Amino acid sequence: MIDLLWLVIALPLGGAAFLHFFGRYVREPLSGWLASAAIGTAFFIAAIAAVPFFQGEAEPSTIPIWEWMPALGANFELLWDPLAALMTLVVTGVGTLIHVFAIGYMHGDERFHRFFTNLNLFAASMLTLVLAGNYAMLFLGWELVGLCSYLLIGFWHTRPTAAAAAKKAFVVNRIGDLGFMIGLMVVFATFSTFSYSGIFERAGEELTGGLATAIGLLFLVGAAGKSAQIPLYVWLPDAMEGPTPVSALIHAATMVTAGVYVIARSAPIYEFTPFASTVVASVGALTAIWAASIALAQRDIKKVLAYSTISQLGFMFLAVGATAYVAGIFHLMTHAFFKALLFLGAGSVIHAMSDEQDMHRMGGLFRKMPVTAVTMAIGALALAGIPPLAGFWSKDEILAADFARGGWFYFLWIIGLITALLTAFYITRLWVLVFLGEPRWEEKAHPHESPRVMTLPLIALAALSFVGGLVNTPFRLTLEHFLEPSFEGVHIQHATDDWLTLAILAGLSILAAAAGAGAGYLAYRRPPERWRRFEDSFEPLWGTWEQAYGVDDLYGLTLVTPGRRLAEAAAFSFDAGVVDGAVNGVGRVVRGMGDWIRPLQTGFVRNYGVLFLAGAVVVVAWLVAGGS
Amino acid sequence: MVDVGWYMALAAALFLIGALGMLLRRNALVMFMCIELMLNAVNLTLISAGRALNDLDGQVAVFFILVVAAAEVVVGLAIIVAIFRRRATASVDELSELRG
Repeated sequence: MIDLLWLVIALPLGGAAFLHFFGRYVREPLSGWLASAAIGTAFFIAAIAAVPFFQGEAEPSTIPIWEWMPALGANFELLWDPLAALMTLVVTGVGTLIHVFAIGYMHGDERFHRFFTNLNLFAASMLTLVLAGNYAMLFLGWELVGLCSYLLIGFWHTRPTAAAAAKKAFVVNRIGDLGFMIGLMVVFATFSTFSYSGIFERAGEELTGGLATAIGLLFLVGAAGKSAQIPLYVWLPDAMEGPTPVSALIHAATMVTAGVYVIARSAPIYEFTPFASTVVASVGALTAIWAASIALAQRDIKKVLAYSTISQLGFMFLAVGATAYVAGIFHLMTHAFFKALLFLGAGSVIHAMSDEQDMHRMGGLFRKMPVTAVTMAIGALALAGIPPLAGFWSKDEILAADFARGGWFYFLWIIGLITALLTAFYITRLWVLVFLGEPRWEEKAHPHESPRVMTLPLIALAALSFVGGLVNTPFRLTLEHFLEPSFEGVHIQHATDDWLTLAILAGLSILAAAAGAGAGYLAYRRPPERWRRFEDSFEPLWGTWEQAYGVDDLYGLTLVTPGRRLAEAAAFSFDAGVVDGAVNGVGRVVRGMGDWIRPLQTGFVRNYGVLFLAGAVVVVAWLVAGGS
Repeated sequence: MVDVGWYMALAAALFLIGALGMLLRRNALVMFMCIELMLNAVNLTLISAGRALNDLDGQVAVFFILVVAAAEVVVGLAIIVAIFRRRATASVDELSELRG
């Protein structure tokens, strides 16, 4: 089966190509089903190919596809190891469910097939990223997912806000990519190859001085762009302008985790730079609490989930920065389940409310759409970290690993714990505002439960969010053993072995989650006037959170406006004045000279004849006079 | 044998007639004939100088000029006929579109 692994990328790519050229001849639901079938088949191939890893008997293997630039170690080759296998299964598995959901969600859109073209292209790009056997191919996938993200955020490109959001995402990612690219150049200058194996084998000898730290920090810049970490997170909330399945697939479950994946994949490099790792963890912790506090006060249901995603990505950075790579990847996986579920649930709600996203105008939807409500409740509890749901196990493992590392990481652990409390609060607020209380929507809204094609993926994801955490509990570290071959020779931070400490830590995080969820429930179960007064009592803090600390305005004032001024000065002053002025000036001089000698051309043959003759006479006279 | 100077004088006279006709006449056809006159005045100088110096180069040059002049006549006459057809006049004073 491993020989067929290339199909995992080729199938969605072929689906995208087919739909691109022939999609308009395929009727509406069929093109969606074709795209879903392409990625679903890829899932099955990957699952079968991953079986040897589940049995714990296979070594990581590299599958060459074709030689691209062999001298640089940059070939099309797939690295099939447990880490790549897990990422592939998450991308294709969650991806398939989201594809199916989108068939219902995008119903009636006039560019239906185009949506699935882009979605399949994204899947192929993301799989290129995770299956790449070297940094060059990874970067190819890295840029391609950025492109697909741009295309899908701006899918409804006739809406100016969507077009602007797509542009913003692209530009902000460009900044991160620049750092990543410089990092890759440093890597190549050091090792003369892009291949993972070639780099990681010699990491110990070559990475002297500050080289490892430089590479680690430059990779962090790239990862912060793609995974929306401080200070480059501002594009992700805006990216919610895209259709909700896109938010679920790209901006929650898969693409934004690429940064976490790159850091985990580069673990043998971070091995030599505890400093860069600590920076990664600190950025993650800061982002986690920063975004969680913003999520508290958002009114737009998708904005809450967007900031929540940023916050949870911060948790993953907190893990991989503490070299708890398994915990980070574990949280990546569980987060993919429950955040995709929450986004799809939000999509179901938005769909039912005819594109209403303001939670202040929802409420009481439980009875109207019970399946969405229950599945979202499972997702919310999983995100909040209530045992035994998925989020509890992964988040607790991250916090325990940070605690075990000690020193500065005690401080990060406290931040993580506070964030867990905030997380539980805002997600409970979201659920209660949407599904409980009196309806705050107008009668004509007519909310209704979504069709089965949308609820079935919700149920599947709810099941995964429920049991997904059991793959790696302190009692049975299945995932840890599974991932071992990918992190050979790398120090992995574990939680403590002491069961009492572990129990106390787990108790603390359960306490935080329960306190947050309880407070959220009690505060928002009350009538609107009461919780409005509750929110007002936090002023001016609440307003600051609602405005997301004004970071967008700050960036606008310090970066965007000066940048735009510079561009305007270059375009309308320098180019129009100096460059065009020089060109036009030359033209004007030539024209002036032309005006000056024009009268010579009288149009009368005889004048020309006289001049001609006079010239001839002069020449002859000169010759007669002796010449030269 | 007649002195070569006479030939030269005749050629000079022909050239002068051609040049003056070229400058003074308005009819394109007559001006064209004047140009031919000047050409043949030059031919005369070449051939007589060649004879006087006992050098064949002069005659060779004349043959070249005859051929080129024949081609030039074809083109020139065609232009004049074309203009005459369009304008019903051959006066060059009316043809001053290319005035600067």
